[in-house]
Amino acid sequence: MRRSAFLLTGLALGLSLAAPAEAQQRTRLTVYTALENEQLAPFKQAAEAAVPGIEIAWVRDSTGVITARLIAERQNPRADIVWGLSVFSLLQMEALDMLEPYTPAGAQALRPNMRSDRNPMTWTGMDAFVSAVCFNTVVAQQRNLPRPSTWADLLDPRFRGQVVMPNPNSSGTGFLTLAGWIGAMGEQNAWQYMTRLHDNIQVYTHSGSAPCNNAARGEYAVGLSFDMRSVALRNQGAPIEIIIPTDGVGFDLEATAIMRGTRNLDAARRLADFAVSRPAMELYGRYYALLALPGVEPTVRGYPAEFAQRLVNADFREIAGQRERILREWASRFDGKSAPR
Amino acid sequence: MSDAVLGERLPQPRPPRGAPAGPPVRIAASLDQRLMQAGLWLALAFLAISLALPMGMLLARAFQDAQGGFVGLANFATYVTTPSLVRSVWNSVWTAAVTTILVVPLAFAYAYALARSCIPFKGIFRAVMLVPILAPSLLPALALIYLFGNQGMLRWMLFGENIYGPWGIVAAQVFYCFPAAAIILSVALSTADARLYEAAEALKAGRFRIFLTVTLPGAVYGLVSAGVVVFTLVVTDFGIPKVIGGQFQVLATDVYKQVVGLQDFNMGAVVGMVLLLPAIAAFALQRWAEGRRAGTLTGRATPYIPRPRRARDLPLLVLCITVAALLLGIVGVAAWGSLIRFWPWNLSLTLDNYEFSRFDASGWGAFLTSIEMSLLTATIGAAIVFVVAYLLERAPQATRGARLLRGAVGFLATAPLAIPGLVLGLAFILFFNHPANPAGIIYGTLAILVLNSLVHFYTVGHLTAATAIRQLDPEFEAVGSSLKVPAWTTFGRVTVPICLPAILDIWVYLFVNAMTTVSAVIFLYGPDTKPASVAVVHMDEAGQASAAAAMACTILAATAAVKILHVAMGGAVDRLTQAWRRR
Repeated sequence: MRRSAFLLTGLALGLSLAAPAEAQQRTRLTVYTALENEQLAPFKQAAEAAVPGIEIAWVRDSTGVITARLIAERQNPRADIVWGLSVFSLLQMEALDMLEPYTPAGAQALRPNMRSDRNPMTWTGMDAFVSAVCFNTVVAQQRNLPRPSTWADLLDPRFRGQVVMPNPNSSGTGFLTLAGWIGAMGEQNAWQYMTRLHDNIQVYTHSGSAPCNNAARGEYAVGLSFDMRSVALRNQGAPIEIIIPTDGVGFDLEATAIMRGTRNLDAARRLADFAVSRPAMELYGRYYALLALPGVEPTVRGYPAEFAQRLVNADFREIAGQRERILREWASRFDGKSAPR
Repeated sequence: MSDAVLGERLPQPRPPRGAPAGPPVRIAASLDQRLMQAGLWLALAFLAISLALPMGMLLARAFQDAQGGFVGLANFATYVTTPSLVRSVWNSVWTAAVTTILVVPLAFAYAYALARSCIPFKGIFRAVMLVPILAPSLLPALALIYLFGNQGMLRWMLFGENIYGPWGIVAAQVFYCFPAAAIILSVALSTADARLYEAAEALKAGRFRIFLTVTLPGAVYGLVSAGVVVFTLVVTDFGIPKVIGGQFQVLATDVYKQVVGLQDFNMGAVVGMVLLLPAIAAFALQRWAEGRRAGTLTGRATPYIPRPRRARDLPLLVLCITVAALLLGIVGVAAWGSLIRFWPWNLSLTLDNYEFSRFDASGWGAFLTSIEMSLLTATIGAAIVFVVAYLLERAPQATRGARLLRGAVGFLATAPLAIPGLVLGLAFILFFNHPANPAGIIYGTLAILVLNSLVHFYTVGHLTAATAIRQLDPEFEAVGSSLKVPAWTTFGRVTVPICLPAILDIWVYLFVNAMTTVSAVIFLYGPDTKPASVAVVHMDEAGQASAAAAMACTILAATAAVKILHVAMGGAVDRLTQAWRRR
């Protein structure tokens, strides 16, 4: 019995080793990403068409899981390149010396605040996503809630128990929202704002997409999340409106970086070149409203014309440096402090 | 292969053929004993590589800073001075205790009805009790939201209370832990010596007295095991608190926060270590229960056959129907959820949600990956788990070294229960991805998912096997060895057939858990090996709840099919191997 178990183990090993060994001429790049699921197929298709000789093998997960995986695998990286991950994660990895320095062809043309300030660069931006409010219009009507257009509007006592946001200690989206408030209001005022908002918040969720999903299901009227999240939900028929508050929103970049230690450096560089090219930017523009390459018109709809002006000025490196202190402060003020209502 | 290894450990001089009658018997027994000893060493090596070393590497992080320098107990100091972290310990303990107090008696009554009464439809009840673990935990969580959420159909039942919070956690955990407790208890109650009951009746003991003095003592080990398992499952599970717990902090969500939110593996390791405390407590408790056990099924035992008695059977039947209806109802709501367009705004029915490639690049491929992975996990796992449990129960303990070895293997077999999947997944990355580890070739392949699931779900299988083996009198082996039958023959001809139902239970348990697991494999799957359970999480995160429910229902269909097959086969197996239990 035991012997057959060992035989089976051996067989299993053999089978699983044989699978990746299928002959391929193209270089297979393992690409770690936090892109949305529906973006994977078009991105892969476009990249493989534009860069001959590569094949993209995605490993996709939420920002937190992918970042934790990358850092845990640091001693022996499995990813060749990261394409579509929060710049905060990449800066964390830069500090751990995990990124391969390389300035992709044409990267100098990117907006200065949307590319690495090192030479050669360690990462290049793709597009910006912003914190946003998912507002359920049906629930709002039932409860007679006004449509909020600024962050300050959410302090209205009528929203008591109707607001959900991600816990910044669990979710990158939560931190993005928090960093946006600090950027827009100054730190002192931001803490005051959060203390007052805390009274209206029903739940701090662990996942960054849960607030918008919950708002879409009508569990709550207001979910603080990011802009991309709502599109899929609205397409399915959720009665939600996406609101980008006019009093300043935080933003995060999706970015590209080559992993130090990749065994396919050449192919990874060619993909990094593609990731900053105009055709790639046009692709990003189908989903995002602000692109790293100036002069490319995004084709995504539903964004206000003066959208870019609502973004707060952000020095990513400085925010990343303060992240730990800010999160600790947040935890001591709000985390688990309130018993569930 | 293993025989060759074992062969080297065997004593060289064999007794000559014509040796006097006395000594050869002893030497034959000692050959068995050496074999068993060697088997235990192999088990230790296996558990060391797949559990102890990875966990050791991760837990070492608790004493390091982010750069890997040694910082002693500094991280622990930070931990105990952070009030929100310490509060989680209490939250975890009390929700787990409440869940245990609710689940164990309920599961005991249910298992008692199956084993010791004459209610009809036992096969169906036996299958239905597993329903909660047949689907990913997202399914009951979604069902609870559909039923009791703010737009829920039965929201009025909460009288204005909110499902998100500790009571939501307890409700979902009771549902989720019921099968584990019921499995262990039904094994514990399935064997009894009728002579004890006859004696008790002859002594004119009342029914209640018989229950207290015969039935309960026979099931103490099972009760303790079930309690320990439920308590630890609740403490380590993070899926339910994450979805339904709101901001109610527990230890398992703290690990998630530290690892996934903050990428602080050091603090994650500290919380992971705190989480191991229940395991150590559980181990101690189990040792204590072990000291009080006795083989309930001796070689002279006559099997206990329940006789119909309305006063007992009717209430038990009502109980079983109620429990089964609740379990099926929750799953039924989720299955309906997979067929609607968008909860709660558009409830028209559709099959589109089952076209998975619309939602996830891996489409139906993820489902096939899961099937392959689960078949391997269950088959390899059931064999290893049962053999190791047998060795633990029957290997000689004459020397101090032997007892230490047995203690070590026993601890490693119980420990996985206390390890949250998240922690185990990270530990696997650190260990198997290490550049110096030759076992690293399995990294990123299906093999590492199989190994991980096997270890992750080791304990319940182990306890089931141990409970079953424990009920066999060692006399069987003694008789075997006095007839000069080698131990492995007794094992193959007596132990395995008698325990076949338990082995099949273990196989099914491993299969369904490998089909539904998320927390560990989410760190380990590669570009071609994304399992369906992970796809469920991804689709739910993308707001495609109906598609997530559809994939979860597909998983449920596979696991339910296996379970139905198991029940059908169970009848045949029973006729073949358990006929002796009947008179």
